[in-house]
Amino acid sequence: MVEFTPVNLITGFLGSGKTTLLQRLLADPALADTAVLINELGEVGLDHHLLGRIDETMVLLQSGCLCCTIRGELSAAIKELHSRRERGEVPAFRRLVVESTGLADPFPILSTVQADPVLRHHFRLGNVVTTIDAANGLGRPESLKQVAVADRLVLTKTDLVPDTDALLDEVRRLNPDAPLWRVPEQTVGAAMLFDDRTRSALQAVPAVAESRHGSVQAFALTFEGVLDWTRFGVWLTMLLNRHGKKVLRVKGILNVGGSATPVAVHGVQHLVHPPIHMTAWPDADRRSRLVFIVDGLERAAIERSLGAFLSPPKRAKAAAVA
Amino acid sequence: MCALCGVLGGGGDWTDAAARPGIYTPNVDSLQRRRERINRVACAQRVLGFYGLTLSDWQSTSFVLSTMTGKTELVENLTHLWSAAEKLLGRPCDPLDPALVARLEADGG
Repeated sequence: MVEFTPVNLITGFLGSGKTTLLQRLLADPALADTAVLINELGEVGLDHHLLGRIDETMVLLQSGCLCCTIRGELSAAIKELHSRRERGEVPAFRRLVVESTGLADPFPILSTVQADPVLRHHFRLGNVVTTIDAANGLGRPESLKQVAVADRLVLTKTDLVPDTDALLDEVRRLNPDAPLWRVPEQTVGAAMLFDDRTRSALQAVPAVAESRHGSVQAFALTFEGVLDWTRFGVWLTMLLNRHGKKVLRVKGILNVGGSATPVAVHGVQHLVHPPIHMTAWPDADRRSRLVFIVDGLERAAIERSLGAFLSPPKRAKAAAVA
Repeated sequence: MCALCGVLGGGGDWTDAAARPGIYTPNVDSLQRRRERINRVACAQRVLGFYGLTLSDWQSTSFVLSTMTGKTELVENLTHLWSAAEKLLGRPCDPLDPALVARLEADGG
């Protein structure tokens, strides 16, 4: 079986503590065989770890497909690391952590790993970890997107700001269910942040209430009965083609026809991860559940559209009866 | 590509994920792949009909998308289908368009 090397992204706004977090994490023996890429001008000298440097180069392929937005430098840097690993020139790392600049849109970085024809056969996307500055809060559009796409959240500088209730409320409106740690008052280990085996389990989905932060809205949809995977695929590909930039996050577990266990889907903007065939349902609820975090789209329109796409056509129904 | 059925094993698109442990895909064997391609054409056609477009399978390797005037595009998968449809039509294909949704609702249920 092919071993895919997980790629974890650490993102967060300028000065929110990404490098500090990374330095602490790299001291964890669990990350001893981890390569690190930092796309900032300064390179932090971390002994026995690998460092690369990436520019902000972005290349849009001629197809015009936004899924193919590739950060050429990042792609080249990861391929070079992979080649050197295969040649035995660097230690055989089993994880790659990419620390982005504070102003970076996380999407092109994720897209690079998933869409690159070479990388996608050797690497897979792991958790996205986003740091949030408790002292300065959110605010910038880049910061909102970084929080919305996160699988794990780390609220930093909580020793400087004791009262973070308002900020947490704001964060939860953008990302209702990602586990969150407060540092330095809580100790956060590499395993907590990077273990993605339960990433798509969505145990918290039923508790996701509709929330809104400016034009960004988070909500959950549930569907009774068995869902047609192909019709769902037609709908989601069409939605992401037209509105991918506005769909900051879509994730859920689906009760798919012909499968005894659920299928987990997980997407960030135009990018959708390979669907995970889960080994068991997380609870007794057998409904399909989808969480959306969208910017400038209305829940009612999405719900009605998905319902219409999923409903079987009358002709098919008549044929089934006959 | 499968040497027996001639169907490409999937180019990495999530709707065409290659069968491997832990990943869900309807493309498990050649029969299921062919069945899924027929099903996919039917499901997409229900939407494309609203725009006067026609989709058909081509040699189990691509799909052919055509307008009523005969303009055609080859598309590899569902993800590429919609940008190709918009290119042929010269206008957006929006799944949230109330007119499209009403048409599907009238046709389904």
